[in-house]
Amino acid sequence: MTALRLEGIRHPLLAPIDLKVAAGELAFISGPSGSGKSLLLRAIADLDPHEGNVWLGDEARSAMAPPTWRRRVGLLPAESFWWGETVGEHLLSRKQTAPETDPSIDTWLGQLGFTSDVLTWSVARLSTGERQRLALIRLLAQGPEAMLLDEATANLDPANRDCVESVIEAYRRQAQAAVLWVSHDPEQRRRLGGPCYLIDAGKLVPEP
Amino acid sequence: MTLIHLTPWDLAIAAILVLLLAAMSWWLRLGVERRVLIAAARSAIQLTLVGMVLKLLFAQTSLPLIGLMAMVMLSVAGLEVMQRQKRRYRGGWGYGIGAISMFLSSFSVTLLALTLVIGVEPWYQPQYLIPLLGMMLGNTMNGVAIALDNLTRNAWEARGKIEARLLSGQNWEEAIEDIRREALRSGLIPIVNAMGTAGLVSLPGMMTGQILAGSPPMEAAKYQLLIMFLISGGTGLGSMAAVWLGSRRLFDERQRLRLDRLVKASRS
Repeated sequence: MTALRLEGIRHPLLAPIDLKVAAGELAFISGPSGSGKSLLLRAIADLDPHEGNVWLGDEARSAMAPPTWRRRVGLLPAESFWWGETVGEHLLSRKQTAPETDPSIDTWLGQLGFTSDVLTWSVARLSTGERQRLALIRLLAQGPEAMLLDEATANLDPANRDCVESVIEAYRRQAQAAVLWVSHDPEQRRRLGGPCYLIDAGKLVPEP
Repeated sequence: MTLIHLTPWDLAIAAILVLLLAAMSWWLRLGVERRVLIAAARSAIQLTLVGMVLKLLFAQTSLPLIGLMAMVMLSVAGLEVMQRQKRRYRGGWGYGIGAISMFLSSFSVTLLALTLVIGVEPWYQPQYLIPLLGMMLGNTMNGVAIALDNLTRNAWEARGKIEARLLSGQNWEEAIEDIRREALRSGLIPIVNAMGTAGLVSLPGMMTGQILAGSPPMEAAKYQLLIMFLISGGTGLGSMAAVWLGSRRLFDERQRLRLDRLVKASRS
């Protein structure tokens, strides 16, 4: 049961932002491109220098080792990067089991239209859409307690988009994870519900 | 054998070759005649000056003077390392990382050689210290410059991958390990290649010099071997220090990748 709470997150492009996303809650952020949505998510994941603090439940980010923080508050960037040769190398779960034997990874793979032999595929072979879906599985395999999603379904066709949405929704309910989702798609925001915010001129305001 | 002294005439004959080269560049419009002449003039002036300075140093064996000379050599090497970087560290780090790692490696290996291997008395006898240190600095400079350049260039290009690794919960050392390993390898390749072909393609410069100056070939070979081993140790140590310091500087205390700490050199 861990809420995500931003406390005065501030960046050259962002006015101080306070926001609370309760455990198991889904909140959307939208705004014109270049308004600082991705920068806000990067700041929460502590990738860029900025001011302010973030809390996960009653634990402050400043009191947590950065790798631990980034594992527990998982960011899915708009463009996914892969450092190893095969997909499987990136999915080593922290239970130190091989990815093929982790039942939840297997389930997610099935739900997103892969079979488990995708783990042996070379990353160079993947299409943009495949990368995006596999990046989500990579993130879920970390077992995040809160999720920051940057355009998680931007490059997907409607069928795959629906699959991704239902996997995220299932994880959110089951893990009671707070989810902060940057999305351009008003349909999506309406479909999934939850509070919507707008970043305008560096300020975060509730969407009218 | 005795040392054959070179007269100014002997050097003048060799200098005619350089003049010929410049003339050819002019005839063929290669456009490098000015640079050839300036470089040749610089080398003549610099080496004459160094010869005079060394003569003075050798006559005195004074530790402060030798220390001063060593510092001048180190600071020039530091400048050269910095100038060879396509992306430099901002502020004093651009100079400091190279200079510190060369200082650590060259000076410690030179000291080791003087006290344990050559065993001169006193250990700072300039006839041994200055040439040894020069060889060490010249070679570690190469290794350090190549390794650092490789590190910053690859880190710059792999930003997305490094950040993806950080996001998956890896610490900064895991996130940059591939790039670090590659940088270190690139720094070591020149000296490894030099050792591998030593004597087969060309005689190394120092051995050539000793033989010309009248040393028995076996003695020259032994000295050359000593120097090569020292150089490879020093280059390895120096590159490792530079890559470690350099990669540490790419991350801050919250383990964020800070490419904004690099600045592109105006001169490529």
